[in-house]
Amino acid sequence: MTIDMSQFYQVFFDETDEHLSEMESLLLELDVDQPDLEKLNAIFRAAHSIKGGAGTFGFTDMARVTHVLETLLDRLRKQELKPAVEMVDAFLEAGDVLRAQLEAHRAGGEYQDERIEQVCQRLEALTAGEPPPAADMHAAAPDSDHPEPSVEGTGWRIQFDPVAAGIAEADTLNALADGVAELGRLQRVDEATGRPYRWELVTDTQVPAERILEVFDFVCDTHHIRLEPLPASGASVAADPGYGLFDAAPGTPADTGPDPGYGLFEDAPGAAGADVAESAMARDAAAQEAGYGFFAAAPGSPDPSGEVQEGEGYGLFSDAPGSEQVHARAEQDRAETAQGYGLFDPSPGYPGAAREPEGNHGDPDVHPHPPPEAGKNADTGAAAGNAPPPGGGQERRQGSGRPPRKPGGGDSSIRVSVEKVDQLINLVGELVITHAMLAESASRLDPVAHENIFNGLSNLERNSRDLQQAVMSIRMMPISFVFNRFPRVVRDTAASLKKKVRLKLVGEDTELDKGLIERLADPLNHLVRNSIDHGIEAPEKRRAAGKSETGEITLRASHQGGNIVVEVADDGGGLNRDKLLAKATERGVSVSENPSDKEIWQLIFAPGFSTADQVTDISGRGVGMDVVRRNIEQMNGRVDIDSAPGEGTRITIRLPLTLAILDGMSVRLGEEIFILPLTAIRESIQPRPEQLKTVSGQGRVLQVGDEYLPLILLQEVFDLGSPAQRIEDSIIVLVDTGQGRAALVVDELLAQQQVVIKSLETNYRKVEGVSGATILGDGRVALILDVDELLRLSHRTVRPRPSTTA
Amino acid sequence: MTEELKERAAVNTDDSREYLTFTLGEEEYGIDILNVQEIRGYDAVTKIANAPDFIKGVINMRGVIVPIIDMRLKFNLGEVEYNQFTVVIILNVTGRVIGMVVDGVSDVVALRREQIRPAPEFGAVLDTDYIEGLATLDERMVIVVDIERLMSSNEMGLVDQVQQQQSV
Repeated sequence: MTIDMSQFYQVFFDETDEHLSEMESLLLELDVDQPDLEKLNAIFRAAHSIKGGAGTFGFTDMARVTHVLETLLDRLRKQELKPAVEMVDAFLEAGDVLRAQLEAHRAGGEYQDERIEQVCQRLEALTAGEPPPAADMHAAAPDSDHPEPSVEGTGWRIQFDPVAAGIAEADTLNALADGVAELGRLQRVDEATGRPYRWELVTDTQVPAERILEVFDFVCDTHHIRLEPLPASGASVAADPGYGLFDAAPGTPADTGPDPGYGLFEDAPGAAGADVAESAMARDAAAQEAGYGFFAAAPGSPDPSGEVQEGEGYGLFSDAPGSEQVHARAEQDRAETAQGYGLFDPSPGYPGAAREPEGNHGDPDVHPHPPPEAGKNADTGAAAGNAPPPGGGQERRQGSGRPPRKPGGGDSSIRVSVEKVDQLINLVGELVITHAMLAESASRLDPVAHENIFNGLSNLERNSRDLQQAVMSIRMMPISFVFNRFPRVVRDTAASLKKKVRLKLVGEDTELDKGLIERLADPLNHLVRNSIDHGIEAPEKRRAAGKSETGEITLRASHQGGNIVVEVADDGGGLNRDKLLAKATERGVSVSENPSDKEIWQLIFAPGFSTADQVTDISGRGVGMDVVRRNIEQMNGRVDIDSAPGEGTRITIRLPLTLAILDGMSVRLGEEIFILPLTAIRESIQPRPEQLKTVSGQGRVLQVGDEYLPLILLQEVFDLGSPAQRIEDSIIVLVDTGQGRAALVVDELLAQQQVVIKSLETNYRKVEGVSGATILGDGRVALILDVDELLRLSHRTVRPRPSTTA
Repeated sequence: MTEELKERAAVNTDDSREYLTFTLGEEEYGIDILNVQEIRGYDAVTKIANAPDFIKGVINMRGVIVPIIDMRLKFNLGEVEYNQFTVVIILNVTGRVIGMVVDGVSDVVALRREQIRPAPEFGAVLDTDYIEGLATLDERMVIVVDIERLMSSNEMGLVDQVQQQQSV
């Protein structure tokens, strides 16, 4: 059976990406002093899944790194080693290397860097760390999941068919035997009785399966070689409760007792059928992953039933005696084969093991069951199994009592390209417009005579709105996609600045448009790094100020009306008013006479503005905040700053929910209709004549309370000719702009409506004062106003002094 | 007859191209038909602020925002009164959709390269950059316009300068 693996590459890439991200976030959550076993296990599983996939798809470089990574993780999770900060660092670096390798493979190449070697060595050194504590019974058992430590017993049984393998000649065989004999004492048994030949290699020290296969590799295809660990000495069998279990299991042939795999397979109903193996093969990649996962004492495996099934497939593959599937397995990866064998040794009765996570969570009283019962478990398969593997109970119980993790959405989601979704959104937008046009035409009809049409139209409206919402929600993703990168950013940045920073994430489930999420990442990254660099003070300084040494950065996301609000808050020193003012003077940035705090805070968004005394590699060059603001504004969003000296700074980003739709107010000006983004509108008023003032006969201002706001006359800005009506008869909309509030004069407010944003630049060019266009219900085009630009434009047109234009 | 058809067909694939001719006032212009997407009537436009007067505004063409240019204003052929015969040629030029208001569409003609004579230099009076040449058709003069060059030229202001530089 040959499958073109390349068609599954993309799945592997995507999955690995997810696994890497998960691993990273788990690593960052890990408390080194009090490691949570569940987390360690989850990290291990992620690493293992990557390894399994990489091995299956032939990305050996990745498999190698994950292998080393996993070995260390395994020792950690078995509590043979104590987690240390260096380990977490090494893991994170390994994660980076893996990501680089993944990217390289995605691009069709291979990542070559000495970093790979360095990371592997570092991990290996850490793995070799301290010896396992003798008191831990489970730890004394050999590491079952890994090729290197996986050697069970003190020897191997080597089975092969010399003819099939092409090594039937006596000379070759002898040479081979000599080669193998170098590893230990070799006994050539059963050569006379016919094929397959059976050799037994007894070694003093543990020899990994690869070593033997390497020898064979010289002369023949190793696919034809089967390796099994020889039964260990009687004492060691007795010492391992797993064996006991199987010995006593009813119906287990005595001679296969030492090898639980055999016992299992002969007993397990439904597992023996060769046809099952076939389907299991198709699931192979998944099976590797899941199978390993639960044997690895996985707490909270997402879907117990699914895994049991997969486990069956897996079991078949690795251990069915004499079956072809073993060869198939060997074909994939020799190391995996060895692992497969090892895997079964300490965890007999796989159905029990499969259920283990649940047992761990749900039933704190589970103890190793008496052998006969466990045997029965093997008999009855998945349904009965809630027995944890012997020896697995005690130390793993730590994870009990915690809620199981949410079931993974493996089967309930599909991957669709963004273009398809965008196309859908565009089409739905057109549908909504078409409906509006229809409704407008129908409005001239007599409602009584054409009742059906009106009913149909209202149905259509409801359906198309629902459809629009549903389609929009496809693009919605939880903001955790962006937030999740920040633990790492904070950790790294804080470490390089020798500051202590804790990150708090709030509202990670808040959903927003995928396009926004992607574009939000950079600005947020900037803000967070800025907060750590400039906001949070050095530990000494914080102590002196009577604050905790560890600074705190809060990333908070929430919905507010039709907007999404993302906050980056720190409890650092806050912005320094005087310093900002001084800097502004130095830079020649114009500041009003008696500026409000808000106005001053906005200064940091001016290009080239940095208050850092020294330029660090993190920030301080002054490029950045202006870019942040521009990025946010391009998304129709706004940035606000609040700051209090000694208490911290809070930067608030307000964004529309999606890029494609805008909540707007349609306003009329003469014959033209414009859309004003609702986010910009504060209030609208009918001005009294005494509110209108002029400054030196030119600049017109509107007095609102004790504030004087600049008046924006669209007719002047857009050169639409003289106003049709006096300002006193017009409506004035107070809008928020980047430079404070302003008053926009319009003839009439028409309606509040959602509009589909269309770009003018597709076929035309950027128009000043306009952020885009939309299509109204009657099919006409209306321009969407950009109040910030309008204010700038009105400075240019109204005020004669060029200095204010800048 | 068949011979003639054959010849025409052969000519068509060789060096002749088909041109859509339209009238602007007294003058007749020809543009490469491959740039023409469709021809439609004139609809009300939405004015664009601070645009040159020959840019009438934008229209909604099945969900696409399309700028509309009045060629008479562009070529200084005087004010035009729009009536039901006013025609908009929707062009597709370098991936952009642009509408062009003309007085009327006359014909589609095939012109061989040698039929198109180079236009004389008018010096600074007239920018002839976008004029491919002049062709004679039944005693009429057709001004063959390189519409791509015209529409992407700076003076049209249809494209942002930055984009212009990128595309050049």
